[in-house]
Amino acid sequence: MAKVIVVTSGKGGVGKTTSSAAIGTGLALTGAKTVVIDFDIGLRNLDLIMGCERRVVYDLINVINGEANLQQALVKDKRTPGLYILPASQTRNKDALSKEGVEKVINDLKADGFEYIICDSPAGIEQGAMMALYFADEAIVTTNPEVSSVRDSDRITGMLSSKSKRSEMQLNPVKVHLLITRYCPERVEKEEMLSIEDIDDLLGIDLLGVIPESQDVLSASNLGEPVILNQDSDAGKAYQDAVDRLIGIERELRFVKFEKKGFLSRLFGA
Amino acid sequence: MGLLSYFRKESPKKGSAKLAKDRLQIIVAHEHSSAASPAYLPELQCEIVAVIRKYMDISSDDVKCEFIDKAEDGISVLEVNVALPRNK
Ligand SMILES: Nc1ncnc2c1ncn2[C@@H]1O[C@H](COP(=O)(O)OP(=O)(O)O)[C@@H](O)[C@H]1O
Ligand SMILES: [Mg+2]
Repeated sequence: MAKVIVVTSGKGGVGKTTSSAAIGTGLALTGAKTVVIDFDIGLRNLDLIMGCERRVVYDLINVINGEANLQQALVKDKRTPGLYILPASQTRNKDALSKEGVEKVINDLKADGFEYIICDSPAGIEQGAMMALYFADEAIVTTNPEVSSVRDSDRITGMLSSKSKRSEMQLNPVKVHLLITRYCPERVEKEEMLSIEDIDDLLGIDLLGVIPESQDVLSASNLGEPVILNQDSDAGKAYQDAVDRLIGIERELRFVKFEKKGFLSRLFGA
Repeated sequence: MGLLSYFRKESPKKGSAKLAKDRLQIIVAHEHSSAASPAYLPELQCEIVAVIRKYMDISSDDVKCEFIDKAEDGISVLEVNVALPRNK
C-alpha cells in the first residue's frame, strides 16, 4: 500500500525541506519508488536542495491545471534510483492548490506504482500547508528545540487530528511522528535549550528521530545533495536512523548526549 | 516512549530552558482547551439566557457555558452554570 507522508511544522525554517529531501532519498534507497512533492507554491526550494533545479520544466500546478501530465512534470533524481521530485510552481500562489486537484495527482502517483509520497509542506496554516497535510496517512512534525517552534508543532498536530481527510472521514487517525532537528546536546547540557524529554512531555508525539545541529547540512545544500548521502556526517547518520525507524527497524538514539572531551584529548587538543 | 527511557532523568534546571518549558506548558494547555470549544458556544449561551428570562430575571453574566474536552475518556462535556438571584 502506498503511503502519503507529510513533512510539516507550522513554523518556517525549521528543516522541513532538508528533512523531506533526506527522508525521501533514504526511503528510495530501500528500493521503494518514492516521490517528494514540493507544496511550497511560490517559494520552490526542494529542487535546489535535491540538486535538480536545472531539470525542472513543469510543476505541480501545471499538472493540476492540465497544462502538463504527471510524466512530464516528474523530475527523476540522477543519483538515487526510484526517486522523483514533483516541483512547486514558482509563479502562482498557494490558492492554486485545489483539494480535487491534489487528490487526483496523489491518486495518479499511486496508480503509477509510487510507494512513498512525501509532501514537503510550506510554513503556516494556510491553503498550501492544509493541502499538503490533507491526504496524509502519516506526518513528520519537524520541531526545533525552541518555544515558537514547539508551540506551532502542537498547533499543527491539532490540525492533523481535525482538518485531515482521515479525521473528516473518521478513518484511523494520521500517524504522527516527531522529528527534532537542529538539536545541540551541549546547550541542552547547560540547560539553555529545551531537551528531547521536555519536547516529548509537551507534545506527546512518538519520537522518530533527533537530528543534531550540523554544518554538514549547509554544505549538503550548497552541493545539492541530500545530507543523508553523507554518511560521514552525524546529521546524515541521524537521518538514516530516522528512515530506518520509519520502516520499522529499531535504532537507538545517537548524537543526543554532549561528549565532554576526555582529559587526554584535552591535553593534546584532539 | 521506549527510545527515551534510557536517558530520561530528572535533575534541577538552572538555565532558561526550564522557563521555556513552563511557559510552553501553560500556553499549550490553554490552546488545547480553547481549540476544543465550538464556535456556536456564545450563541448557545445567549439562547439559554433568553429561555431562562421567560421565567425569572437574570443577567446574561449569570449563565456560564463551558465546553470541556475529555479526550482521554472519549467524551466532551458541556457545562452550563446558572447563578440564580436570591428570592426571585
Ligand atoms: N540539522 C541542521 N543543522 C544545521 N542547519 C540546519 C539543519 N537543518 C536545517 N538547517 C538549516 O535551516 C535552514 C532552513 O531549513 P529548511 O529545510 O529550508 O527549512 P523549512 O523547509 O522548514 O523552511 C536552512 O538554511 C538549512 O540549511
Ligand atoms: Mg521548506
